[in-house]
Amino acid sequence: MRGPAVVWRYGTVTALIDESPHAKTIELHVPEWPGHAAGQHVDVRLTAEDGYQAQRSYSVASAPEDPRLALTVERIDDGEVSPYLTGELRIGDELELRGPIGGHFTWRAGDDGPLLLVGGGSGLVPLMAMLRHRAARSSQVDARLLVSARSLGDALYSDELETLAAADDGVVLHRTFTREQPAGWTGFTGRIDAQMLSSVGPAPAARPRIFVCGPTAFVERADDLLVELGHDPTTIRSERFGPTGG
Amino acid sequence: MARVSRGFQGRRPQVDADRVPPGQYVTRDFPVLSAGPTPRTPLDEWTFAIRGNVERPVSWSWEEFLALPSETVTVDIHCVTKWSKLDTTWTGVSLDTLLEAAGPMAEFVLAFCDGGYTTNVPIADLMGGRAWIAHEYGGEPLEPEHGGPARLLVPHLYFWKSAKWVRGIELHDQDEAGFWERYGYHNYGDPWKEQRYWND
Repeated sequence: MRGPAVVWRYGTVTALIDESPHAKTIELHVPEWPGHAAGQHVDVRLTAEDGYQAQRSYSVASAPEDPRLALTVERIDDGEVSPYLTGELRIGDELELRGPIGGHFTWRAGDDGPLLLVGGGSGLVPLMAMLRHRAARSSQVDARLLVSARSLGDALYSDELETLAAADDGVVLHRTFTREQPAGWTGFTGRIDAQMLSSVGPAPAARPRIFVCGPTAFVERADDLLVELGHDPTTIRSERFGPTGG
Repeated sequence: MARVSRGFQGRRPQVDADRVPPGQYVTRDFPVLSAGPTPRTPLDEWTFAIRGNVERPVSWSWEEFLALPSETVTVDIHCVTKWSKLDTTWTGVSLDTLLEAAGPMAEFVLAFCDGGYTTNVPIADLMGGRAWIAHEYGGEPLEPEHGGPARLLVPHLYFWKSAKWVRGIELHDQDEAGFWERYGYHNYGDPWKEQRYWND
């Protein structure tokens, strides 16, 4: 099952979109991009004038069907690469990257459902690629999404997700805000817990394909809770962001 | 030669650059990378086995395993996700000790783990004081999220080869790709040659 060679390429930045005070989407035109599966990531490499280089990995946010490649990058204040990508990069700049990388944390519209997607913070990015892919293919797979964010302002893609969930009965959006709730908020609050996951569903008997992505502590907690609820560990695929990086 | 990223300064490592492989950065934290939930096997059900093409298949219980001679080593580790961590201290049993008990008769090893993870390593890389089954990190029992109760430690290869929750190794005459190796990661994974992906 060898795929195309993962070679370094240059993309050109075609748009920069503020997603939150800390996160930006970088849209790129990448000539001869070999295509990707929803959930995969790319390596980005920056080169300083003296030849020094730094690499980091970022999840692809765009659907495979989208001609633009979109990455959503959360700024890590003491990071090395993310402050550059979110603060210095301009439209028209070139960005060196290679990919797609990773084949485990992926979902294709031809795969079965139902889907349970659990995202903490910028862990929503690869899950968004899955939902966009699902929409692009007019898939009818039942998809439940649980997003954990500090506040509505910190949550990524809120408008798009609300539109998607309103237009498609197959997509159910749940959010929990851990630090600050919008006025009149009646949804979940606080850290994810067993009751939250259980009410989002689908039940373990439905054997959902589960994708969990976020900071390490978030993923450890979500995975443990899901196993305790009775989900088969082999149905749970997770991707953890380390405490450092960026 | 890569083109310059306009306006990128970067941080230079505050350590001996000779200790940091290409494309890596040094972290003081200990990030976690796993593909699924953290398995929790009770120690009274835990065993470490060597099977496949060996003279004597062997299996140790947790108590038997802890009774084997152990070594404490301080090594640098390098994760394919770009972080490196220097001077990490581990205690474990050398693969030399374990393999001697089994009598290996094949060149290739597939390590197997709780949770279904596998990784392949040539047996030569597990011998000569270069690999351990580690059960302590920094003098404390290895935490489950870092692979406890025991993980493979092969620090001269990218860290996905240092399989967490390891339960044994299988010896094969033919090389067989492990979990990440099937998903596009390099079959050998030498960080100094930056062998991250298939064609590297």
